[in-house]
Amino acid sequence: MIELRDVTYGYGGGDLLCGVDLRLAPASFHFLTGPSGTGKTTLMKLCYAELRPLSGRVTIFGSDVRTMSRDAVAGARGRIGIVHQDCQFLDHLPVAENVALPLAVAGRPVDAGELAELLAWVGLSAQARALPPQLSGGERQRAALARAVITSPDVILADEPTGNVDWDMSLRLLRLLVELNRMGKAVLVATHDLNLIRAAKTQVAARVLRIADRRVQQAGADL
Amino acid sequence: MARDLAVPAPVLTEIRAGRVVPPSGFTASLTLFTAAAMAFLAVVALAFALAAGRVAAGWEAALSDSATIRIAAPEGQVAAQTDAVQAILATTPGIASFRLLADDEVARLLEPWLGPDLPVDALPVPKLVEIVTVPGEFDAGGLRQRLAGEAPGAVLDDHTRWRAPMVAAAQRLRLLAWVALGLIALATAAMVTLAARAALAANGQVIRVLRLVGARDAWIARAFVRRFTLRALAGALAGTALGALALLLVPGAGGDGETAGSAFAAGLALRGGDWALAAAIPLAAALAAFAATRAAALRSLREIT
Repeated sequence: MIELRDVTYGYGGGDLLCGVDLRLAPASFHFLTGPSGTGKTTLMKLCYAELRPLSGRVTIFGSDVRTMSRDAVAGARGRIGIVHQDCQFLDHLPVAENVALPLAVAGRPVDAGELAELLAWVGLSAQARALPPQLSGGERQRAALARAVITSPDVILADEPTGNVDWDMSLRLLRLLVELNRMGKAVLVATHDLNLIRAAKTQVAARVLRIADRRVQQAGADL
Repeated sequence: MARDLAVPAPVLTEIRAGRVVPPSGFTASLTLFTAAAMAFLAVVALAFALAAGRVAAGWEAALSDSATIRIAAPEGQVAAQTDAVQAILATTPGIASFRLLADDEVARLLEPWLGPDLPVDALPVPKLVEIVTVPGEFDAGGLRQRLAGEAPGAVLDDHTRWRAPMVAAAQRLRLLAWVALGLIALATAAMVTLAARAALAANGQVIRVLRLVGARDAWIARAFVRRFTLRALAGALAGTALGALALLLVPGAGGDGETAGSAFAAGLALRGGDWALAAAIPLAAALAAFAATRAAALRSLREIT
């Protein structure tokens, strides 16, 4: 679905990522770890074509991002659920409408029952009519995750989706991702939370990747 | 959450594209005011264009089917040449009717310049023959040739000399009014473009979020286009109504236009089919806003990475 081959990317002349290879196949589950500033978010952005590689090749659903038109990128993003690290929303719309936004953009109907169920799953039923600026950091992350999965996308890219939520809610969100993965969705989660990774490995065959020395490496057995 | 979240169930709620653009203060006011002001000016320019057209047509019609023959022959030949002129006119094609003006009528014509006690009999005042022609059939050149041969003291004036500049002036005024209308439309589009670009620049986060969830440029543009088109339509409706009201309040507007001055004021009043043209102004403003916003939005979205 998404493949990076020998990808290099950097800011201001220096390379942040170098010779990166990554393949997100259907039904695969990956964790991405590494210290802050090593390029986890950059790698995520390369995966949904917000950034173009300086060298190497990124293909999304079979298309090389260098040759994809703006509409083609938009179409591909419609098949990718993205949880951005800073959880941006349309601040003038209630949480429920923000969560349902990908459906509206895709021209698909919004089922209020399904929407309510999803909001309940991420613990935001009471905040459905609240505006995003009224949410806490953890609530924003949960809303972002709900928005990312509402269209049942083929790929889910989640950048620190549990950074501000408690352990119980983290496990609950993890279960949602695992369920989607069992439906055949590819999942890539960038996280610092090793306990979350350990918990996930009891439920799903997840591969753990680590960014070190500007490269993506298979994590060791300590996980 | 074991089941797929693709929500194939019936439609229960819907997010309209227009709602994704947050309500904004100054661009909304700017667009409304600009559309209203431009529509007001457009109504006035339209009224001037139509009035100028009516005046030009009136002058053209009133003077194009009339002519005058002035007979200024040496003393002793005036009567003979007057008779000759009338004989010629009686046999000339394209003459609907003609009439020799009586001396007191000639005196009244000269009164504004020579005073009321003009001794017509004591002065070599020329005889005047008023002619009504048949449009399209009257040959002024041919008549002049016959007059030159048979009544050399007779001079034909078919009013072309002074009618043409007046009609040309009225037509030029009409053209200027239409040019003004065109400039108003362009200015409206330019102002809406500026407002739309300002709105797009101010809504960078909205655009980023929409792109994150897979919105195409056309979808994002549609949200802005809808907002600005409706604002322009609302403003133009108000401006058109105010413009029409202002025209009705012009002194003499809608009158019979008996005097030269009141003729133009009377012509300013909208009548009949003019109202359809005035009603088209808000629609034209909305169309201009639609085209301007769409072009501005698509261009801006290409620039915003």
